[in-house]
Amino acid sequence: MIMLTLAQRELRALFLSPLAWTVLAVLQFILAYLFLSQLQEYVQLQPQLRMMNAAVGVTDIVIVPIYGSAAFMLMMVVPLLTMRVISDERRNQRLTLLFSAPLSMTEIVLGKYLGVFAFMAIMTGLITLMPLSLLLGTHLDLGLLAASVLGILLLMAAFTAIGVYMSTLTVQPTVAAVSTFGVLLLLWIINWAGGKVGDENASGALQYLSMLNHFEALSKGVFNTSDIFYYLLIITTFMVLSIRRLDADRLQH
Amino acid sequence: MTAQTLIEVEHLSRYFGPIAAVNAINFELRRGEVLGFLGPNGAGKSTSMKMITGNLAPSAGRIRICGHDLLDQPKLAKAEIGYLPEQPPLYRDFTVDEYLQFCARINRIAKGHIKTAMDNAKQRCGLTEVGSRLIGNLSKGFQQRVGIAQAIIHTPAIVVLDEPTVGLDPIQIREIRKLIRDLGQEHGVILSTHILPEVQMTCDRVQIIHRGKLVFSDDVSNLNERMQSSSLLLTLRNPPSAAALSSIQGVSQVEVLGPNQFRLLHATTRSPAEAVAEQSVKNSWGLCELTPERKTLEQIFVEITSTEQHTEAAA
Repeated sequence: MIMLTLAQRELRALFLSPLAWTVLAVLQFILAYLFLSQLQEYVQLQPQLRMMNAAVGVTDIVIVPIYGSAAFMLMMVVPLLTMRVISDERRNQRLTLLFSAPLSMTEIVLGKYLGVFAFMAIMTGLITLMPLSLLLGTHLDLGLLAASVLGILLLMAAFTAIGVYMSTLTVQPTVAAVSTFGVLLLLWIINWAGGKVGDENASGALQYLSMLNHFEALSKGVFNTSDIFYYLLIITTFMVLSIRRLDADRLQH
Repeated sequence: MTAQTLIEVEHLSRYFGPIAAVNAINFELRRGEVLGFLGPNGAGKSTSMKMITGNLAPSAGRIRICGHDLLDQPKLAKAEIGYLPEQPPLYRDFTVDEYLQFCARINRIAKGHIKTAMDNAKQRCGLTEVGSRLIGNLSKGFQQRVGIAQAIIHTPAIVVLDEPTVGLDPIQIREIRKLIRDLGQEHGVILSTHILPEVQMTCDRVQIIHRGKLVFSDDVSNLNERMQSSSLLLTLRNPPSAAALSSIQGVSQVEVLGPNQFRLLHATTRSPAEAVAEQSVKNSWGLCELTPERKTLEQIFVEITSTEQHTEAAA
């Protein structure tokens, strides 16, 4: 599988740079801190919860907020990881290596995308180790945990697709990073204006576009195909745009 | 059947905005041939190379690689090409082995053959010893060789090298020229350069490109003929008068360069060198130097392009 070869190289290149290791370390450290403070809060709340006979447990109080914070932090981190995918290769005139080989543009773009996404999956795996450590002492709502993990994986798949596309647009990695962050933030907060738009259709459209809405549904354990479809739509759109943009490199005027 | 045609290029053009970087060029490359692409900077050499290797879409024209149209069947066509661009596309964080392994894989070499292909390429380019070193730590000459190894790893029918000897020291240049000659035995090689002696040493056929047009295309022997000197540089310890020199048979004109130095112009077909030496001994002029002057690339260009302009003006 030629795409896996490309993905493997991409992943390896990421791990050869200090940036990826730093990102992993910082993210893990901050989330561990949040995790511990959340756990502390749960320990304090536990007697009251028992008295109220409430339907919420450790998964809702400790784990769901962790993934919420992780999602927000990843919005800032993913642009740093995707920025070099194409732009750096273009800047160092290394795209010729791929263009001269018997590869199609689709294979090149998807290969690189898969490589970066594999890194994101590893990152998710590391984050998930923290909630799983609670299994040593208590029972978890594994269904809810799975929904949260799926939610964050889909979110990152969408983030990465947007990041890869932004990277095809420029030769400067920093420009790619800043513009990716801009797009992600806009998609995150786009529903804030939702209530203020008078038109109901427009407001609904803004609500639909918001990544936050679709992510929150999953992290509450609500598995809805329309949310999955939303992510697939974003991934496909930006992959197709990337392929077209890279193809246009050969047509430059 | 004689040598197989590897590349056919018909009416190839490329415009950047209103500027024609390459203007309707036609040529062919056969197996076992080293074709030199010669031209001054900005003549359109690199643009042509990029189009042949599928890195740049042509504005017009057709390129067929081993019978496959580059636009209709890019994968089949590209599998037959190895390309070293002006700047070698290297991953500086990778070791030579890792890099070549990646190149072998993206060129779809079967898993079982990768090891042999890598060893072969490394051996041909003299990289056997540096396999486990990081590319970024290698000298420019070695990096250039890694670039060439990358281009030949899948034993393509055609190897395209864009200015492969730029920035190398004289010993490395000689080694790489030898490598190019070796490659020319079984592959078809296109070599782009602006160094004239390089073409004379390595190529079988030469094409001169100037302002996007092919102005000369012939065997190297014919180029050499064109380049044959039409002047001699002469230094004498006891020089006679210029008139005495110009009376020697075959000398058409004498330029006095210094008190002891002269340039003798003559017809390209017959050199008066022998007569000059004879006279010098007979009259004890004290011959110190007698050198046929070679034409430089610039002179050839001026000659070829000026005749072009003449014919154009006449037409």
